[in-house]
Amino acid sequence: MGSKLVTVVVIVLGVLAISQLVRLYELSSKLRNRREEDITNRDNKLNANLMLTFMFLFYGFFIYLMSTYGWTGRGDAASVHGAETDWLLNLNFVIIIAVFFLTNSLLFVYAWKYVRKPGVKAYFFPHNNKLEMIWTVVPAVVLAVIIILGLKVWGDVTGTSKNDAIQVELFSKQFDWTARYAGKNNKLGKFDYKLTTQENELALLTEATLDSAIRYMEFGKADSTVLGIKLLENKLNNKKTIFIPEEREKMEVDLDRKTRLLRLLYQMKARYDKKNDNLAYDDFIQKDTLHLMVNQEYELTFRAKDVIHSAYFPHLRAQMNTVPGLTTRMKFIPTITTAEMRERKKNSSFNYVLMCNKICGGAHYKMKMIVVIDSPAKYKAWEKSKTTFKDQFLAAPAPAPAAASDSTQLASN
Amino acid sequence: MSAITHDSHGHHDAHHDHHEESFISKYIFSQDHKMIGKQFLITAVFMGLVAMLLSILFRIQLAWPGESSDFLSLFLGETWAPGGVLKENMYLGLVTIHGTIMVFFLLTGGLSGTFSNLLIPLQLGARDMASGFLNMISFWLFFASSVIMLISLFIETGPAMAGWTIYPPLSALPQAVEGSGLGMTLWLASMTLFIAGSLIGSLNYIVTVLNLRTTGMSMTRMPLTIWAFFVTAILGVLSFPVLLSAALLLMMDRLAGTSFYLSDIIVGGEMLENHGGSPLLYQHLFWFLGHPEVYIVLLPALGLSSEIISTNSRKPIFGYRAMIGSILAIGFLSFIVWGHHMFITGMNPFIGSVFVFTTLLIAIPSAVKVFNYLTTLWRGSIVFTPAMLFAIGLVSTFITGGVTGIILADSALDIAIHDTYFVVAHFHIVMGMSAVFGMFGGVYHWFPKMYGRMMNTRLGYAHFWVTLVGAYGVFFPMHFVGLAGAPRRYYDYSVYGEFDTNSYEMIMDLNVIITVFAIIAAVGQVIFLFNFFYSIYRGPKAVQNPWKSNTLEWTTPVEHVHGNWPGALPVVHRWPYDYSKPGAEEDFIPQTVPLADGEEDH
Repeated sequence: MGSKLVTVVVIVLGVLAISQLVRLYELSSKLRNRREEDITNRDNKLNANLMLTFMFLFYGFFIYLMSTYGWTGRGDAASVHGAETDWLLNLNFVIIIAVFFLTNSLLFVYAWKYVRKPGVKAYFFPHNNKLEMIWTVVPAVVLAVIIILGLKVWGDVTGTSKNDAIQVELFSKQFDWTARYAGKNNKLGKFDYKLTTQENELALLTEATLDSAIRYMEFGKADSTVLGIKLLENKLNNKKTIFIPEEREKMEVDLDRKTRLLRLLYQMKARYDKKNDNLAYDDFIQKDTLHLMVNQEYELTFRAKDVIHSAYFPHLRAQMNTVPGLTTRMKFIPTITTAEMRERKKNSSFNYVLMCNKICGGAHYKMKMIVVIDSPAKYKAWEKSKTTFKDQFLAAPAPAPAAASDSTQLASN
Repeated sequence: MSAITHDSHGHHDAHHDHHEESFISKYIFSQDHKMIGKQFLITAVFMGLVAMLLSILFRIQLAWPGESSDFLSLFLGETWAPGGVLKENMYLGLVTIHGTIMVFFLLTGGLSGTFSNLLIPLQLGARDMASGFLNMISFWLFFASSVIMLISLFIETGPAMAGWTIYPPLSALPQAVEGSGLGMTLWLASMTLFIAGSLIGSLNYIVTVLNLRTTGMSMTRMPLTIWAFFVTAILGVLSFPVLLSAALLLMMDRLAGTSFYLSDIIVGGEMLENHGGSPLLYQHLFWFLGHPEVYIVLLPALGLSSEIISTNSRKPIFGYRAMIGSILAIGFLSFIVWGHHMFITGMNPFIGSVFVFTTLLIAIPSAVKVFNYLTTLWRGSIVFTPAMLFAIGLVSTFITGGVTGIILADSALDIAIHDTYFVVAHFHIVMGMSAVFGMFGGVYHWFPKMYGRMMNTRLGYAHFWVTLVGAYGVFFPMHFVGLAGAPRRYYDYSVYGEFDTNSYEMIMDLNVIITVFAIIAAVGQVIFLFNFFYSIYRGPKAVQNPWKSNTLEWTTPVEHVHGNWPGALPVVHRWPYDYSKPGAEEDFIPQTVPLADGEEDH
């Protein structure tokens, strides 16, 4: 409270001080018969000199920031295409920094040099076709170079990956990442968001997950935090229970929605070819840390469960949005292992990271995943330690004892 | 220096509406373009202040994350800053409303609304806008939308929190963030009114420019300000309706259960049925406005500064026709570049490369404008009025902010810096500095025309230098924060401590520097506010043509009259840039002076 009072007092005093100064200034202007629009030579000269001074301070600030912070924040690019784009970025920086210095210098020096001087009239110079041609054509040529180089690299970066690229899917939701590796056959299993259950968070599509999703839709969660269709119907049809109208309406809406979703699930099941099971069953899922093998190409696909996120690997110079309802992709080849990067940065706690770079809600800033780039030997050892989706899913405890009791209840009804 | 009247029999049409006006019809429901311009200005200045305050609030959190601040608890209270520490959600709310107000309310409503209204009739020699009534409605829609936007700051679930671009699904799902409930509904309602007001205003500007130019005022004799306002209005008419449709579809997704932008979503444990919509559709629609919007913001500022630089260099603007050409080129190109905001959204990379090409083309007319400004200064006789300082500041920031656009427009380079502070630095230097400087320059230059009094010059100097140093101090280091990889819209950058201590130290250091400069720059605006309001009431009386300028507004009397010119409308004989013309006695020749014998038109 004390500091608030001080703030208010300071503001009030400040305003009073300015108003007194202004009145003083006005009086002296009146005495000297000076009008606001008549800028004195002294004021003109002062501002001209300030222009030049500002230019030097500004350049000094820029050079200081460049020498202190330059690229230190991110370090070397740790991917093949990252090295290319960094090279191009530096080339572009050379061009634009040159333009920056040239034009800003002309601006501030002219402002300083051509300040009004008594007796000197401005030079009437309304246009000059040759000059205008020069500064249309020169930027056009430079831009043509920039465009051509840029598009070439862009084509490389966004092109298709080779067949031996490892397929990995990154699944994003508020506020974490999950990675899914394509496993032995290097083909990612299919998915459908309607298959999402507690045991199948990534909504992979197999006959068993279909059944599980249908069961979930019908019987809800074991602990009754999510009501299944059967229980909802049961409750709504129970003549002995009286609901608040809003509560009832909410349940009815929920029931309608679930019934429609269930119909879609049955349609999916009817069309499903069991041969596809193997696509998903050999996949394996990894949370918390994304493991990558050095000098190996990766084909990444992205999904989002709720809102748009963006998979941003600052050190690999890679980024792609993840969009609900749409699968996006990119590829890269990591080139520097975590251990090597730690050495280069002389920082033993350094880790690569995958961050979310699209506003996605309150904890957006915490949504990240540590990325580990390993030597092939270490990577393979880690890979071996992973459990496939098949083992993980089929080993999970059979869902819904509560659901079972519901169904018995139903039967007894 | 009075207008040379050519037809003395034209008096009868000038005096017919000089009746006594009530307070309400003069100051509130005014249909006079000069008053409406001032209404826009005052509203926008207030909105700008609010948005600046919001930015200081979140800058405090960024510089000293998690530390208790009296300042935060003073403004946000226990609900949004318990114990003086900003809440995560409110941080996003502050960022969102800061961006929305600055882009739309200050720089669109404030800049184009104020100066188009003030200057179009005055510089063209018209009695008023084509429709004074529509003009009034345009302001009141703007005002209503401002009020709704401000109200949204005070509701229980907080204002919109999805960023000023309000990308769905985040903005469509209250389960995803609380601000997407009532806060977002108010945001959409406010913007709908804003767009309606802006459209009506723009149509009015276009009609006025095309039809109400006085005798002799051909299109190629119009000041560059008018050209800029004219093209701005056309951009607004063509692009704002697209934003309205984007907002409308979003409204339907939120309220009517449609699936324009939603597909396959599970949020807050609830499986939604929406299927087949595309969030990318929204982004296309949004940026189809969003990019022209940048030029809706910037062109008026460039137009104002053209006029100010020419007047105060006492030289004709260099390459008048090239300037018109580049305004038109920028206007045209601005419609085919929106995809550069979407390189990494999952849009087809081939389409991305088309947008790279069109976007980089914009650099050419922009370069032409910069070089023309520089040549205008060359061998001039520069008078440093506060307006001139701001105009020169605008050129500097237009360069500094413009060149980084070349990097962001290059899709291959954009991958690594998209949505980082590098982008924040880029668009703040262009919009937060250039466009705002244009607006300040305009206020200082045309203040005598608006209020019949002069602003204090020395306070103007102090304001300029504090603002220039402060704002560059804020936005220049942001490039380095961005190159370090820091994503924008992060509540707390100390998360970097968990994986990269080098970046962590650098980002935290720079964030403190940025916040300190931000506070300096914000406090510097007090000088302006004081000068502005003090001068409205107590500033010294202005003379008719204080800056010895050529354009028509300086031939009107200092005291405002309905219809602008008490006698007949002025007749124009020359372009507006005959400064320091060889053979002339004075260093300026107003547009109303007939060509001398043997004198060539420009």
